[in-house]
This record gives sequence, structure tokens and C-alpha cells, in this order.
Amino acid sequence: MNDTIFTLLTQRALTKSVYELKLQGDTSGITRPGQFVNLRIDGLYLRRPLSVCDLEGGVLTLIYKLVGKGTEALSRMRPGDRIPLLTGLGNGYDLSLAGERPLLIGGGVGVPPLYLLAKRLREEGRPVSAVLGFNTAAEIFYEAEFKAQGCEVTVATVDGSCGVKGFVTDALPAEYSHVYCCGPEPMLRAVYRRIETGGSFSFEKRMGCGFGACMGCSCKTITGYKRICREGPVLQREEILWED
Amino acid sequence: MGRLSVDLCGIELDNPVIPASGTFGYGYEFAELYDVNILGTFSFKGTTREPRFGNPTPRIADCPAGMLNAVGLQNPGVDRVIDTELPRLARVFHKPVMANVSGFSLEEYAEVCARLDPLPQIGWLEVNISCPNVHGGGMSFGTDPAAAASVVRAVKAVTTKPVIIKLTPNVTDIAAVAKACEDAGADGISLINTLLGMRIDLRTRKPLLANTTGGLSGPAVFPVALRMVWQAAHAVKIPVVGMGGVSGAEDVLEMLMAGAAAVEVGAANLIDPWACKKIIEALPAAMDRYGIKTLRELSRAR
Repeated sequence: MNDTIFTLLTQRALTKSVYELKLQGDTSGITRPGQFVNLRIDGLYLRRPLSVCDLEGGVLTLIYKLVGKGTEALSRMRPGDRIPLLTGLGNGYDLSLAGERPLLIGGGVGVPPLYLLAKRLREEGRPVSAVLGFNTAAEIFYEAEFKAQGCEVTVATVDGSCGVKGFVTDALPAEYSHVYCCGPEPMLRAVYRRIETGGSFSFEKRMGCGFGACMGCSCKTITGYKRICREGPVLQREEILWED
Repeated sequence: MGRLSVDLCGIELDNPVIPASGTFGYGYEFAELYDVNILGTFSFKGTTREPRFGNPTPRIADCPAGMLNAVGLQNPGVDRVIDTELPRLARVFHKPVMANVSGFSLEEYAEVCARLDPLPQIGWLEVNISCPNVHGGGMSFGTDPAAAASVVRAVKAVTTKPVIIKLTPNVTDIAAVAKACEDAGADGISLINTLLGMRIDLRTRKPLLANTTGGLSGPAVFPVALRMVWQAAHAVKIPVVGMGGVSGAEDVLEMLMAGAAAVEVGAANLIDPWACKKIIEALPAAMDRYGIKTLRELSRAR
């Protein structure tokens, strides 16, 4: 974990409610795709966690959806503004599990952390399939970016306005070696039930500290209690214990 | 004896800064970030007889100048703490640590304290009778002077270590509870635990915390905490450990001036993991600004 101050380079809207930030700073604390950073935002007490979407030459890309006070404050930030970050939080995705043909499944703002993963897997020369799920055509983002990395991309929309009509589970390819998945919990559950290979599932929970001190984001797993911020956010399919 | 050193129940602390229970785990997350031996000591995660997962999530909510938590005493249980956590801690922390103990019955408080009592690593037992996030224990002992005194007597009967009783602010007369603890034989008191609060999610129209209510901490509670430390310190002669929203060196000085012998820092650790280190480093300059030569002179002024 590093404590560093980043400078905002650009902010742009990807859809009506999803924004992309590019920040300049020391990214050396970030060691794996699937990790997250915790942002300190003026006027808010707790930091706000966001997954790492991309890293390139000291430029960090983050994507967020406007959902409340924290993200509203973020959306008002302008180039040159400084944002204190804790970086390199969480376990991230294990690339060594990928196998011959990894499948990346993202839903909505679960898509961003899979982008850096796709990039890293492509750098290793692996063929990568990506299924990206959204509610409707107007909410699609990063399809072109995944394609530019050489991924075989399938888009699914719930209303059928673009790509396959339905959920990500309606758009899975025939063959894959390991699944990396990030999205809303109902989607994670559906994917978990559907696949027969190993899978790495990235979870989201309301956090206090983001580095393992407060026990705010604990969950039960087959291998014991885990902190989503520390032993997670990525859990393996074999260890997941769905609550209720 | 340095200018920052203070005395807590007969044990000298290099400085009065103590990370509060529940915000510092069993120490090693922070030991990866800085040398935790610079601390006065720290109070480890509230420990019960049995392992506990705690409350369902969400357990955390943001608030103006603070936060709510309803963790509900997640901990690995006293056996694991003795077998695993404390030996691991011994490798990185070489000072007496404060053991925070919770329970749901007099017997449980006594049993956990008795288990921890023989360990030389432990300097003080901080007995939490103020957790607002569990039912049938915790705070129910801390809101009634007679019940608080019964916990003190049960624990004092089984330990030789200084016993510090951690009090809840969710009472009308804090002086009465403090006095009852002193009369029952407590060696010190610490306060305040969190203030009971809640938030509602506007989208779902339901409480944001799965537990409905939680404990408020952070700078929002500092003036309330300071007032209660003042009232408690005027009611008893035993040492008082002040806490509640302490975020900087000047807050520490205010707490000491209100009558605290030492100061715990909680929520601040969660938004800045280096908070306690920064506070300790900022203390000498803050003391210079207000003409304070040693922190002991503040304690003596009580």
C-alpha cells in the first residue's frame, strides 16, 4: 500500500452516468490487475474505493458511476486538481490461473478492472474472450478499448438494443479455460452457477478503511472469514459461500 | 523520561497516543506501514470467549465528519488470540499491549480476563462494557452503574493487571457510571465508545446498516467526548483515558487538559493509516505553541 497524491489529467463522460478519470502519479504500489485504490475526497470523511481500470506510464485510469455524494464530488473535479490515494489495495486477479483461453465477464461498472487484466493477458500472448453486459445500448462503454487489445468481445444488453439480448450468461462462448468476473452480485451468482471451470470473482462491499483494519467488509467463505478489502476483492469459485 | 511520556496505571508510556480497539486489528497491518513501537501502546481488537463473525454487512456508513460502524465484535476468540495473534504481534511490538475484552455475561468477562491475565505481553485489560452493536451484552452493562460495578468486581477478582473500564457515552449521567467503576475497584476508565446513530438509504428507504443502528465516531463526536472526559475526570481519582474523534496533536492536548491521562485514537486510523505516527510527531511542536514543557504537567494539573 502506498499513500500518494495524484493529479487529475482528464475527466470525460463515457455514458450519461459513467465517467473516466485519468490521473498522474506514483503507480508503483499497484502490483496486479483487479486491485483498487481508495480516494480521499474533500468534504467526505471516509475514502471511496475504485477499481484500477488501466495503468500506462504513470497514468492511472479509473471509471466510476454517479451514485451518491462521493461520486458527485468526483465528477466536479477538474484537470490539475489533486487527489490523495491509497494505492495497491486488495489481492487482485491471479494471471497464472488463466489457462489457454481465459474468459472475462463484466457487468456495468464491473467492466473496468477487467480492462487492465485483458491487457496483461494479451501481453502474455493469450487469446482473450470478453463478455460485457449492460442494461441498454446507451450504457455501453469500453467495447472498442477491449477490441483494440485484440480481445474477442461479445456485448449483451438486457433490453436487446445492442448485441445479444439478455444477460452475460446468455452470451458465453463455447470454450474457455478460466473465468474472471466482476459485476453486480446477482450477475456473479448467475455466472458462478453457470460455469464449470475455475473462476475468479471480484466482490464489492461497503468499506471503512480499505486496508484490513476495521472489519467493515468481512464475508464468510468456505476457507473462513475474509476481508473483501484485504483477502479480496477477488475470491476463487471454490471458496465462495453465498450468504442467505 | 521524555517530555511526551505519561503514566497509565503505573506503567510508563513514551507518549499518550494509543490506537483504539477495533481500528488497529492486532497490530500487524500497521506494523507493515511503520514501526508501531513509536506508539504509547495500542488497544487490540475487542476479544470475546468464542470466535465471532459479527453483524451482517453493510456494517459501515459515512457521516458528516465521521462514520458509523456496526461491526459487532468480529474477532477470532480468546484462544486464537493467545495462540496465534499475540505470538505474531510479539515479533513486531515490544511494549506492553492493551487487551480489549468484551463479553455477554459476567462469567464471560471474567473468563476472558483470566485467560489473558498471565500473559506478560499484556499491560492493561481494557474491559468494554459499551459496545452499541451487540445485543444482550456490551452496552447493557455500561448504561447502569450497578451493572458496570458488577463487571468490575467480576474481572478484578481474577486479574492482577490494571483494569480499565471502557464506558459508553449513551448515558444521562457519565459521572455516576465512572464513580461506580472506581468504587468497585477499577484501576482506570476509558471513554467514549461510539455514540448510537443511524442512517437511511434514500433509494431503498431502509436503514443503511444491516444492523439498523451503529456507533458514530470521528471528529463529529470530539466535543461530546471531551465534555464527557471532563465530567468523568472530575468525578473520579483513577486515570481516565480520553477518546472520541481525536485526529491531531492539538486534540490530544485538549483531552489531556480535560483530565485524560492518555488518549486513544480510533476512526482517524481508518482514513489515514499513518495518523497516530503523524500525531506523535506533531506533538512537540504543538506543545511548544502552547507553552507546554512536558505532558506530565498537564496530567498533574487535573
